[in-house]
Amino acid sequence: MHRATLGLMDLELTTEQRQLVESFAALYRKHAAPEQVRAAEPLGFDKSLWGHLFEIGVVAMAVGEESGGWGASPLDLALVAEQQGRFVAPVPAVEAQVAARLLARLDGPLSASALDSALHGDRLVTIALHPARDGRAGLVPAAAVADDAIVLAGDQLLLVPLADARTPVENLGSMPLADVTLVDDAEVLASGPEVPVAFDAAVDDFLFLTAAALVGIGARALEIGVEYVKERKAWGVPIGSFQAIAHRLADSATALDGARLLAYEAAWAASDQRERHSELAAMAFAFAYESARDATYRSLHFHGGYGFMMEYDIQLYYRRARAWANVYAEPRSVYRRVAEKRYDSAQEVR
Amino acid sequence: MDFALGEGMEALRAELRDFLDEQITEELEARLYRTGGSYDARFTAAMRERGLLAAGWPEEWGGHGHDPVELGVIRDELQRADAPVYATGTTLLVAKALMQVGTEEQRREILPKAVRAEVIIVLGFTEPEAGSDVANAQTRAVRDGDDWVVNGSKMFTTNAHIADYVLLLTRTNADVPKHRGLTVFLVPMNQPGVEVQAVHTLSGERTNITYYNDVRVHDRWRIGDVDGGWRVMMTSLQEEHSGGYGARIDRLLEEAEAWARDATDGGARPRIDDADVRERLARCATEAEVARLLQFRSAWMVQTGDVPEAEGPMAKLFSSEALERAAQDLCELAGPDALRSYFDPTAPRGGRLEHALRFSLGTTIYAGTSEIQRNIIAQRRCGLPRA
Repeated sequence: MHRATLGLMDLELTTEQRQLVESFAALYRKHAAPEQVRAAEPLGFDKSLWGHLFEIGVVAMAVGEESGGWGASPLDLALVAEQQGRFVAPVPAVEAQVAARLLARLDGPLSASALDSALHGDRLVTIALHPARDGRAGLVPAAAVADDAIVLAGDQLLLVPLADARTPVENLGSMPLADVTLVDDAEVLASGPEVPVAFDAAVDDFLFLTAAALVGIGARALEIGVEYVKERKAWGVPIGSFQAIAHRLADSATALDGARLLAYEAAWAASDQRERHSELAAMAFAFAYESARDATYRSLHFHGGYGFMMEYDIQLYYRRARAWANVYAEPRSVYRRVAEKRYDSAQEVR
Repeated sequence: MDFALGEGMEALRAELRDFLDEQITEELEARLYRTGGSYDARFTAAMRERGLLAAGWPEEWGGHGHDPVELGVIRDELQRADAPVYATGTTLLVAKALMQVGTEEQRREILPKAVRAEVIIVLGFTEPEAGSDVANAQTRAVRDGDDWVVNGSKMFTTNAHIADYVLLLTRTNADVPKHRGLTVFLVPMNQPGVEVQAVHTLSGERTNITYYNDVRVHDRWRIGDVDGGWRVMMTSLQEEHSGGYGARIDRLLEEAEAWARDATDGGARPRIDDADVRERLARCATEAEVARLLQFRSAWMVQTGDVPEAEGPMAKLFSSEALERAAQDLCELAGPDALRSYFDPTAPRGGRLEHALRFSLGTTIYAGTSEIQRNIIAQRRCGLPRA
């Protein structure tokens, strides 16, 4: 039998990746503590935190050097998104990265100048996750605070200036969402056959990055739950010693480990296994959502009545796990996207 | 980080598939199923010839020194093909334990034959009254000169009816906490007082209950110290760390996908075009991917010198429960036809859906039930106190 000595699976992060994670974690520890997250509610945007993130390159890292960025790998982006989730940090990092990557994929002077101003911090650009209908794009993430939104309308990708086009929407997850009207000064970024392909690639980006963020939300929520059930006593013992509690937390620990591996794999596939990337990105999103949804519910529930109080942090995680994912879609429709990628497309290698 | 197994591994996989396609004939599968067997002498000989029996052992023992990740690939392919390897698996498991805790004499006498599967060794841990709480074993061994006299019974001693030895967990001291009064023996099966009775299971596999009435065992067959049996158990069970059922889910999914492409909705539309069918297949595919990743993470940890003490249980827990979920859901998906039995000529996909449903039930029970795995994960990963 063959010996397989070359190219073994390797799950270790590089030193640079560990440093990258630590630099974002340190920033979030300092500027996105729970009281700062609460202070940014209900809008869900901390302008000064966004300034710090921009400084350390959160947008620039997302696009290649040829486009004016510093070309971090998709896996690096996923690692950073996971940290954002752990802190439920009130910043549109994923949206800004997805929008920048989409602009970089498009040709033409308008997308080049839009990317340029996004990279210089002159404009914050976000993206509508669903095509506009009847001249309107609903619940566009970050549109309540961004300067422009990229919107798919028919076979055109539009750049919509948001100042006079948005209606902010207060929502479950304290996200800076807005409904966006396609105003007259919207400009055409691209049209024709390249549009659906580019938009679909942007959806893949959103899916694997949000999957990683959801893993961060779920993992931190689980830690909060575990800390609580170790401390809280009933009938003279820590409630974490009851199997009715311990077993469900063990299930969440398992699911979240799996979700993390799957999110990393989907990110890795963006550069190293293109033919499976879209399928894996959708899998990662659906599975990470379900894992974070269950972990946040369980941790909240095991707080007893305290979990129902605004004062306890677990509710911050419960609300965002649902909102960050469902603003795109519920999991069953994402499983159908998995099927589409798995069964229908002779996937295009971009 | 690299999720690719690499060309060498894919070549190994391709070679295994060719080997198994050739060896696992439909005739063999049907015969094993009808007899409930999990051993075949000819297949075992072919495994031996290929160096697959003791794949992880050094060449002097007839193996190829395959590393833990390679062993994971080999295990997956054997599982996917439903190869009859359970008897050789337990034999090698015991051989590995003897390597670590056996005497020079025991190793010399047993190991050369065990690594070639020229003897069959089965596990005698579980008892009618002690399953998950395995340390509660009541089978007694009492010293009598150079011998020990054993009385008791063991449950689920699979392959005992064809075995040469049983690795027997016995109680030698009832006056100390239960974990400290256990001793392990390697007991020859061919002797008076050993009785084997067939037990038939839902998946068709035959297992046994074995009885030991005044069975005499010479002290040279004692494995490890007197009352040191728990350590021997921990040593031999360590080997089970990186197992799982991901490859079974893959196989089941392939069958269900093939069914969904063949079956129509009454008109000409294949079922795989149906949104509900697609969603359910995709969910199964996602869980199969997660199972695969959790299993490979364990293997990778072993490879890099870590002990996956919570991660092994995670892989076992998730993959077995995902298999059970998948079997249940895909049987429901296929509707009434899924009821047609394994090897019934009218059954879709040879009745593999029906068989998967039956088979899946054992996986969440043996080698540590899901509840035991959750206890371990809660303690070792989350640091929660024992119940």
